[in-house]
Amino acid sequence: MEPIYIIIEMIVKNIVVVMVLMGLVAYTTLLERKLLGYMQVRLGPNRVGYFGILQPIADGIKSFFKEDIIPNEADKTLYVIAPGICLFTALSMFAVIPFGSTITLFGREIKMVVADIDAGLLYVLALATLGEYGVVLGGWASGNKYGVLGSLRAAAQMISYEVALGLAVIGVIILAGSLRLTDIIAAQQVGSWFILKYPFGFVFYLIAGLAEINRTPFDMPESESELACGFNIEYSSMKFATFMIAEYAHMFVVAAVATTLFLGGWSGPFLPGPIWFLIKVFAIIFFFIWERGTFPRLRYDHIMHFGWKVLLPLTLLNVVVTALLVALGVL
Amino acid sequence: MTESKYMTLNMGPQHPATHGVLRFVLELDGETVITSVPHIGYLHRGIEKLMECKTYWQSEPFTDRLDYTSGMSNNLAYCLAVEKLLGIEIPKRAQYIRVMLSELQRIAAHILWLSTHALDLGAMTLFFYGFRERENCLKLMETVSGARLMPDYIRFGGLREDLPDGFLAMAKTFIDDFPSRIDEYETLLTKNIIWKKRTQDIGILSAEDAINYSVTGPVLRASGVNYDVRKAYPYSSYEDFDFEIPLGTKGDVYDRYLVRLLEMRQSVRIVKEAIKKLPEGPVRASAPEYIAPDKNAVEKDIAALISHFKLMADGLKPPVGEAYTSIESSKGELGFYIISDGTSKPYRVRIRPPSFLNLASIPRMIEGALVADVVSAIGSVDVVLGEIDK
Repeated sequence: MEPIYIIIEMIVKNIVVVMVLMGLVAYTTLLERKLLGYMQVRLGPNRVGYFGILQPIADGIKSFFKEDIIPNEADKTLYVIAPGICLFTALSMFAVIPFGSTITLFGREIKMVVADIDAGLLYVLALATLGEYGVVLGGWASGNKYGVLGSLRAAAQMISYEVALGLAVIGVIILAGSLRLTDIIAAQQVGSWFILKYPFGFVFYLIAGLAEINRTPFDMPESESELACGFNIEYSSMKFATFMIAEYAHMFVVAAVATTLFLGGWSGPFLPGPIWFLIKVFAIIFFFIWERGTFPRLRYDHIMHFGWKVLLPLTLLNVVVTALLVALGVL
Repeated sequence: MTESKYMTLNMGPQHPATHGVLRFVLELDGETVITSVPHIGYLHRGIEKLMECKTYWQSEPFTDRLDYTSGMSNNLAYCLAVEKLLGIEIPKRAQYIRVMLSELQRIAAHILWLSTHALDLGAMTLFFYGFRERENCLKLMETVSGARLMPDYIRFGGLREDLPDGFLAMAKTFIDDFPSRIDEYETLLTKNIIWKKRTQDIGILSAEDAINYSVTGPVLRASGVNYDVRKAYPYSSYEDFDFEIPLGTKGDVYDRYLVRLLEMRQSVRIVKEAIKKLPEGPVRASAPEYIAPDKNAVEKDIAALISHFKLMADGLKPPVGEAYTSIESSKGELGFYIISDGTSKPYRVRIRPPSFLNLASIPRMIEGALVADVVSAIGSVDVVLGEIDK
């Protein structure tokens, strides 16, 4: 195999995955608005195209043509970089997530994953942590007090829930014996889905994941009623849109990782892998939207208490119990 | 710039959680509130002074614009004060309709409060549920008066005209359906653990403090003080109705929420009773020197035409004297104090807005609280800036 083909394959894969991901993310916003609309006895967007189908495009064009304002008080470099950090990390995380088995194109076997690295799970966790820097720096660099408060909350929440998130997935590593995401899926294809073997891990992962992507009831950095949007208060135009895209991309990734770790990834009967993958991912995204329509927002200190005093001990206990069960050969 | 240990945060006048143009200047230690100073006056229109420059008739629409969530109650309070000045007796039918409409207005105002308060705490869905019912309630207002928010249906001496056909049936449909909607709100909030965490033991106002701050309305009753103008000094035949005053125990945000929900249920009860007991008869007092005759009579009777013309051209001239009346509006005790010098314009009008006095208690509630609690405390007091700034 000549190296040039590998490079071409990588480039094509990258472009396709990023494009598809961006499209899905754009339509996740529409899905959220529509679903929330139906939950809240209203219609949601329905003016731009049939069923509001062109709404994400209209939103994109609109924010592109808005005036881009950089406050005088802002630290300009960080202010400009921050949305980029968020989007970059959210998109890069998707590189290691397998969304199908293999396809044969031009006589070549192509794995349906951009980069099948052996420390895949670690890579996801590392980039998730890095992504929070965008939020922290963005709020701080905009030179606004509400932004700073949002950043402080984001920093505290990040540290608290990263730990729980990491512990929640350790059980999966124990069960699969690997950090490589394709191996984890393979292990679930042999046995049953890890959600059956390790159900509490799934619940903890979802809770910590919600905190990770700053969604209700953990939307502390934003909390529009107290901090008037918190970290992105000063952002406008495409920079604001970048934050929004990053947020939804991150949500997509959290759902994709949950699918991969607990729901058997792309594997399923009859339908092709990517379809199963999307069905499972959108099931989890539906849950995220649903709970947003149901719950009020928690208070900042309650989130900290919950993270350290409840979630952390429980996830630890869960890991120990799972490890014991595996050692005894029950699982 | 001087070095300070604390951060000064300017909250408002443009802030989503301060309900209008209220401004709070908070001194923060991290997220803990050290001191808080409310600033008001961004919506000042000089309503008291304007009322002194207009005839009694012309002033009534200003009262709609005080607490713009409960126009009907404001009209009632003003009309009662003027009627006391004139010393006229209102027919029973008009009194019952007034009670019915002000209770419906209370329901509308409380729904608006509940929706926005829940939205402040992040419960987005309830906002839309609430507005669905509020819309039905405002439709009732529109049916009787032609306006949703600024009714001016209650006039000196009674009402502008009798209820339109089919109104009672409409009101009955709404009232029969509404308790099940309150149950719906309660399933979303009352036992929700997050809602309880955000509201219980937050923004506590003890009964003693509440009295010292002259707090009235649901905020006072949530602190456990049994004072409601409808029971203490009944007006407009409230003594004929059978209802209870819900009381809280702790005086926290959760109690204020519960008290308002129970008040809505009591209002439903009052409206039901008013519909059932509604007597027949005229809806306007007969006092030719003050109260304009019926519009139908004006077209047929020359004496009525002359009296109508005189009243509309000169305005009514109450005897020299002064009068104070207060009612229980959705926010608390709303009072009007009017001094008449015998001319067609009042010498002085003084409005006692409940929100103004309730607002003063907020800094007390949020001493040492977190920024998030400031939002729930402001929301729980239910301030309307139109009334505070006048």
